[in-house]
Amino acid sequence: MERIPILTMGKLLLVTIQVDMHDRLALTLQDDLTSRIVKDGANGVLIDISSLDVVDSFIGRMIGNTAAMASVLDAQTVVVGMQPSVAITLVELGLTLSGVRTALNVEKGMALLTGGGAR
Amino acid sequence: MITFDPSAAYAASSPAETLPIRSDEQIVRLRQFVREKAVAQGLSLIDQTKFVTAASELARNTLIYGGGGDVHCTLVERNGRRGLKLDFVDSGPGIPDIARALSDGYTSGSGLGLGLGGAKRLCDEFDIRSAPGEGTYVSITKWKPF
Amino acid sequence: MEMVGGTRLAQIFTDNQTDLLAEWITQQHAVASRRGLVGEAELRNQFSQFISLLLAALAASDNVDFKKSNWQEVRAFLADMSGQRARQGFSPVETAMFVFSLKQPLVVRLRQHLVTEPAVLADLTWTVSSLFDELGLYTTEVFQASREQVIVRQQQELLELSTPVVQLWDGILALPLIGTLDSARTQVVMENLLQKIVETGAAISIIDITGVPTVDTLVAQHLLKTVAAARLMGADCIISGIRPQIAQTIVHLGVNLSNVTTKATLAAAFVVALQRTGKSVLVAGAQDNASRSGAAGMHDSSLPE
Repeated sequence: MERIPILTMGKLLLVTIQVDMHDRLALTLQDDLTSRIVKDGANGVLIDISSLDVVDSFIGRMIGNTAAMASVLDAQTVVVGMQPSVAITLVELGLTLSGVRTALNVEKGMALLTGGGAR
Repeated sequence: MITFDPSAAYAASSPAETLPIRSDEQIVRLRQFVREKAVAQGLSLIDQTKFVTAASELARNTLIYGGGGDVHCTLVERNGRRGLKLDFVDSGPGIPDIARALSDGYTSGSGLGLGLGGAKRLCDEFDIRSAPGEGTYVSITKWKPF
Repeated sequence: MEMVGGTRLAQIFTDNQTDLLAEWITQQHAVASRRGLVGEAELRNQFSQFISLLLAALAASDNVDFKKSNWQEVRAFLADMSGQRARQGFSPVETAMFVFSLKQPLVVRLRQHLVTEPAVLADLTWTVSSLFDELGLYTTEVFQASREQVIVRQQQELLELSTPVVQLWDGILALPLIGTLDSARTQVVMENLLQKIVETGAAISIIDITGVPTVDTLVAQHLLKTVAAARLMGADCIISGIRPQIAQTIVHLGVNLSNVTTKATLAAAFVVALQRTGKSVLVAGAQDNASRSGAAGMHDSSLPE
């Protein structure tokens, strides 16, 4: 069964979504991330969506749910690299992703998660 | 029973291509297909993304609420402008209150709405016909501006 | 009333193709050469092409329906021809006459051939008449559309000249908007800004509307959507240059700006942007800092002292 790989960097989990996920794959990722947060004692999750040229409401909700679940498990989530056309489309769809922190790129995302000073 | 009538398509510049929507993977396949067609018709990146996203929303409805169905893709033309039209057809339970379904947005936070209002906003033209027991037909069109 | 008799028409006209062509050209040439814009050889070429496409479409189906796909080539041809005429400077009427001037020769032929079949003559005359009305209208619509295309292209060029995105400092962009904003223009400008945000990694963008005389609901909505999109991406926007009149309009329209930072001037917005990115401006020669950060310059308050 195909899975999206999750990398570890210290107490952080890193996911780069590079494929157009079908719904089941997205749900599997959600499950895998929450399991790993618990298993690794992670306190941060970075999701890189810079390769995604489509994010519909299902994927959007999956991202929102993942962040919410991570938060319950005391881990912070940052989503990075959203493409402008994706952002405009999500706004039009009315999906606010409130409760999900975002950053322009991996570097800034990491800074947010590690509480560093660079902005 | 609501069916798709290809001759009703305004000024089709090609016969319709039909894709089945009966699984998750087919929704992904549809997204890629629509992206290719949108690129071929010369839509801008943002218009492509909006239309592909709308198609994804409607395809998911067709699969989950409609029990599976088909989508017909037609390249269209009007007054020298090129466009792309998608017709989603299923023979599922149908939508009892279309007006309400259109007003349900994800801003309500429930996440269970049909996403029709959102899909409509992303397209230039939107048409829906549905009745309980008669299935659902949704049509969306996006035009390339000059 | 339905249009029928496609195959019969195709038959009658095919038999008379050469004559039809000759009569038609004579009529049109007078118009075209007055303009000095289309040579006779080219005209002849266009006409014979059109006639063969027309005959093929008519022959394909007895039911004549301009919207069906067997008329696609005729439409494409007319669209091309009309667009070309528009660019060459013909008037819409002259362009439509390309089509309309073929009507008379056709009807004359019908009368000759169907003198013994008055009912058929009536039907086919109706078909020819309605069909040519549609063809003529179509050329006019495409003509208009082509003109619009030229205008839109010119607008976009002006747009690019008048709304550059400026980098004020590391991570801070400014977009000074000048002139009236229509819906289409605002969209393009905003897309451009979001793209620049990605390219420069700018955390804050200042959208300055000092140079915008009026803001209507649509424009206000676009501004808000842009801010929302930027935030989704991980950046933020400040709107500056809101004049008292615009502030009034915004309140009257019921636009909700409570989540957006707004400043009266770009300068004020710049100070806020600096603060948010962990910087501030110092006056040169200030005693405490001169030795540490040199003379006038940016003091990065995020660095350890």
